[in-house]
Amino acid sequence: MSTVDSGAGVQAAADLVAGLPPAPAAWCTGLRKQYRRHLAVEDVSLQVGRGEIVGLLGPNGAGKTTVIKMLLGLVRPDAGEAMLLGQRSADPAARARVGYLPELFRYQPWLTAAEVLALHARLSGAGVPAAEQRDCLALVGLAGRGDDRVGGFSKGMQQRLGLAVALVGRPEFVVLDEPTSALDPLGRADARDIVLELRSRGVAVLLNSHLIGEVERVCDRVVVLDRGRVAASGTLAELLGQREVRLHLTDLSPAAQQRLAALGRVDREGEWSTVALSADDDGTAVPDLVRDLVSLGALVHAVEPVRISLEERLLGILRDGAASRAAGPS
Amino acid sequence: MSTARTVLTIAALTLREASRRRVLLALVALTVGLLGLSSWGFSRLAAESLTSGEARLTASILLNLVMFGYSLVAALGTAFLAGPTLSGETESGIALSMLARPIRRSAFLLGKWLGLVAFGSGFVALAGLAQIVVVRVTVDYWPPAPATALALLAAQTVVLLTLTVLLATVISPMASGVVAVGLFCTTWVAGVVGAIGEALGNDAVGRVGSVSRVLLPTDGLWRGAMNAFQDPSAIVQFGGADEGAGAFPFLSTAPLTLTYLGWAVLWVAMVWALAAMSFVRRDL
Repeated sequence: MSTVDSGAGVQAAADLVAGLPPAPAAWCTGLRKQYRRHLAVEDVSLQVGRGEIVGLLGPNGAGKTTVIKMLLGLVRPDAGEAMLLGQRSADPAARARVGYLPELFRYQPWLTAAEVLALHARLSGAGVPAAEQRDCLALVGLAGRGDDRVGGFSKGMQQRLGLAVALVGRPEFVVLDEPTSALDPLGRADARDIVLELRSRGVAVLLNSHLIGEVERVCDRVVVLDRGRVAASGTLAELLGQREVRLHLTDLSPAAQQRLAALGRVDREGEWSTVALSADDDGTAVPDLVRDLVSLGALVHAVEPVRISLEERLLGILRDGAASRAAGPS
Repeated sequence: MSTARTVLTIAALTLREASRRRVLLALVALTVGLLGLSSWGFSRLAAESLTSGEARLTASILLNLVMFGYSLVAALGTAFLAGPTLSGETESGIALSMLARPIRRSAFLLGKWLGLVAFGSGFVALAGLAQIVVVRVTVDYWPPAPATALALLAAQTVVLLTLTVLLATVISPMASGVVAVGLFCTTWVAGVVGAIGEALGNDAVGRVGSVSRVLLPTDGLWRGAMNAFQDPSAIVQFGGADEGAGAFPFLSTAPLTLTYLGWAVLWVAMVWALAAMSFVRRDL
């Protein structure tokens, strides 16, 4: 009787576990890394959900590559935890379904491109047939170059090969560290298409790139690192959600100025005022403001919505960080 | 991927690297040159009117001298191959994408080491065998224990490349090769100095050789190999083990003891374990 009970219990537990959503593609908390006196990464936590494309942004030396390497178990964190596809990243098995294109990409120059792919397919343990490996080369624009030695490849071709290497083991999570640094505009467009194709197949991607436009076009979420810390993170809508409105006003009385300031932060430039709108605005703030300004005697010549680009937002975040550091450690 | 499969994959890759890099071509050229030169020398020796005892003595000494040449070529070849293949790959970024695969770093290191062992030992065994055949054909001398001698020569190569692998996990590729070959030569010189000290009855100088042979077993294994290559009568003709023969750098007065062989195996295991510890903990 008790055996039957425990059997049913195990089944119930198995059903419960099976019903749980899959673990995130990557997850880390409290990551810290110090190289001698230099603190490279401090208290970094982030998550990449299944099928999600997350952009990692930040200036040079912000710790982006170090965070990526800690996620992949290539660098040992001084503190914190990292998981890949539900397993501790220190365990090599966690990387079985992970593809990686390093920032410093280089492949055995004495091997051919096809041999490099075959080597990585074998090391990944995925049992990828030769035809699929050739498809992988074709996907990155190296069809017909499989039998050429990597030593004779240009930087751009090596980076294309790196993309193929990252994709060859049928990954569920792909980490691309500056994947287009050596590519021409056509190559960049190809890389963008590949990332979007990965998303359509439900493969999660962590994309570190200096090309903000590239990140803005393909990423669902963005994590901004500055001086080893997470300076901001959220969906593009959340990060860019702060809308502004620009007004050309004359005859602005003190009361009208107060009405403007009541709405949000105001930047004045001659007769033009830019007002930040709150994120929970239901669409009535601007008509109400214009009506009130007119009733307070102001002449409203123009009202324009302002769109903030990710680049402007990023610069704003980094400048705010620099300003608060300059203000002192209070 | 299973650890054994990883080890074999990386070992095969290392062998393929060795065969495709210029190092193999350079080794073949050096070996053919050395074989040609020695066969000419041995044939000239055969033309001299020597007694059979004198011929065996001269052949013994010359064989040891030429074999020392091979051991030096093997030392240089493996030391300068082990450095670039391990530390060079780590520095250049080749290792980054491989070690991001589901493989253990210790398995990766073992694969590299095994590939290098196969390459170094294979070279020594083949080149050494070719040399022994040349000596047989030219002066009709066959060493007393050729298999043991070649095995010990291969073991000496393994010791040196294990040291290079350890060095390559902590310093730059070129530096690891230079330091390893430098230590190899220093130990050989210390061995010769020690033997002279022993022949002169100076214990303090004699101890230099013993201590260096314990610290780095290359010279000890080399002396064991020489003893297996040379004709036993050579020592007697040089005045016996306690007189002048010991001081001569290309004769060895005693065969290798099992204890020393055990120490060499333990030394390799310890140095490999240190290399693995250093490599596993290294930030890439």
